[in-house]
Amino acid sequence: MVEYIISKYNYWVYIFLMMLGLYGMIGKRNLVKKLIGMNIFQVAIILFYISIGSKVGASIPILTAEDLHGMADPVKYMNSLPHVLMLTAIVVGIATTGVALAIIIMIYNRYKTLAEDEILEIRKKTGA
Amino acid sequence: MRYGYEQCIVLIVVVPLITSFLAALLGWFKRWLCYPLVLAALGISFLCSLGILDLVMERGTIHYWQGGWEPPWGIEYVVDHLNAFMLVMLTFIALVVAIYSKKSVEQEIPEKLVPYYSIFLLMVTGLIGITVTGDLFNVFVFLEIASLTAYALIAVGEDGAPMAAFNYVIMGTVGACFYYLGIGYVYIVTGSLNMADLSQMLPGLYHNKAVLVGFALFTVGIAVKMGLFPLHVWLPDSYTYAPSASSAVIAPMFTKVMAYLMVRIFFTLFKPHFSIDLIPITQILTWVAAGGIIAGSILAIAQTDLKRMLAYSSIANIGYIVLGIGLANRMGLTGGLLHILNHAFMKGTLFLVAGGIMYKMGMRDITQFRGLHKKMPFTMGAFTIAALSMIGIPPTGGFFSKFYLVLGAIDAKQWAFIVVLLVSSLLNAVYFFRIIENAYLEPPVTAYATDGGTHEEIKRDELPLSMLIPTLIMATGVVLLGIFNERIIAFIIRFAVPASF
Repeated sequence: MVEYIISKYNYWVYIFLMMLGLYGMIGKRNLVKKLIGMNIFQVAIILFYISIGSKVGASIPILTAEDLHGMADPVKYMNSLPHVLMLTAIVVGIATTGVALAIIIMIYNRYKTLAEDEILEIRKKTGA
Repeated sequence: MRYGYEQCIVLIVVVPLITSFLAALLGWFKRWLCYPLVLAALGISFLCSLGILDLVMERGTIHYWQGGWEPPWGIEYVVDHLNAFMLVMLTFIALVVAIYSKKSVEQEIPEKLVPYYSIFLLMVTGLIGITVTGDLFNVFVFLEIASLTAYALIAVGEDGAPMAAFNYVIMGTVGACFYYLGIGYVYIVTGSLNMADLSQMLPGLYHNKAVLVGFALFTVGIAVKMGLFPLHVWLPDSYTYAPSASSAVIAPMFTKVMAYLMVRIFFTLFKPHFSIDLIPITQILTWVAAGGIIAGSILAIAQTDLKRMLAYSSIANIGYIVLGIGLANRMGLTGGLLHILNHAFMKGTLFLVAGGIMYKMGMRDITQFRGLHKKMPFTMGAFTIAALSMIGIPPTGGFFSKFYLVLGAIDAKQWAFIVVLLVSSLLNAVYFFRIIENAYLEPPVTAYATDGGTHEEIKRDELPLSMLIPTLIMATGVVLLGIFNERIIAFIIRFAVPASF
């Protein structure tokens, strides 16, 4: 059992981080902390993708001269497609963070606080 | 014969994409250029979508390889009957709402006109992209383009909008993350991202745990994004506080595109046999949808804010669509797809009217609608048509989609859903007739002010033409969709339903 866990430790790390992010989004009452939770959630998935593409003892898939003569040996190369996909996902993640931060600034300008409970109270008082 | 029509498939995405940046750039120097530029781009997109529909009806499925790279390696755009009709709907509604939005945006957020239009167009691009692409990861990219811009479009609204938008960011990101985690799991076992390629490979792997997990993640992710009943919490606030023009474009289009994606994944990416028999996902979804229909309708009755009421009614209507998907027989899915089309038009009309009332009166509390039919007869006429269609009264479109859903429920021998559909129609009648009664029958009282309450004659004060005509076009659309429903089904939707049904 222990061996099973250790041999797949990368997936356990990703699940742990993902749950941590989910907890941050649900459990924290401060909007910036929620956002940080969201970032951890996204990064966890990025780590998942990176670990499915890599292989022990393999290198980037650039064919060498000797590969050109025979069949390329798949053990020697890792799959870089998931890594490339993650470039897109990182960009998306940054854009999401940017939009969320911009919205947080709007919220702060309006309510002068970032604690969710206080905002709800202010909104209840003003009826908006 | 018609050489070059295939290019429409890529132009429909590229033209609004480029124009959205161009509009921001030119709008910086010349503000007035922005609006005609946006209209021109959406107009071209709409013409392209008609061209695509024409081509698909003649030739069947068409493919476009991006940059000439053969699919599984390159990104492929695929259009069949299902997304051809989605594209026509999307581009048409986007065009109509764009025409409408100028006055409303100028009144609500005058200083942000140029960035608003740029982002508006970018969102439409994202939604079109989701619909047209045949590559799973490409869907994710377009999904994020559409979502990020939707957050921005909502956040610029009135007082509660930034908070609503923030909740939407959190929920929407979780949904999108689940979706692309799902892609990861499917990719582990297949090594491909192309939908057509995957649907060939997956049947042999249906009992693989990674595929099952991937499927579950797809389902939950899309359900969050489409606001399916227990996961709908972001939806009412977002639709209520967004600027009128934003809710008029997000409400009819965004959730419908997600419904389309659900159909794609359930019945194209995975074979119907998998989604129906191997795991009982469709069966579970029907019950979730039924819960959503009833809960959404009851919550809608409890609202006095028109836009919030429409938002809850949207949740109920997403229930109808998912019910159609979940019934998973020919009649049921036909009803579901028809309801995607009908609901887009109905909800579009209703939100356009709500925006119009906001524009003229500055309020949307339905208890203050008295005598509104004298003030704005055409607008309220459009509202009434759309409301009748929501309730499901022939010959409007809403009747026929509900009719097919009922036929689907009979075919599936699920009598409970017939009851749900009938009860929800009654509930719809309750909350829409409340407004119609207020606007038409109650004696007009101008004396909410304390100045003695003079019963002066209410003057007609219609919307400006640039807002009225789009509203009327949409309302006419609702009736036409009802009258020509048989043709729409015979020529388009019949081919969009999987052959094995």
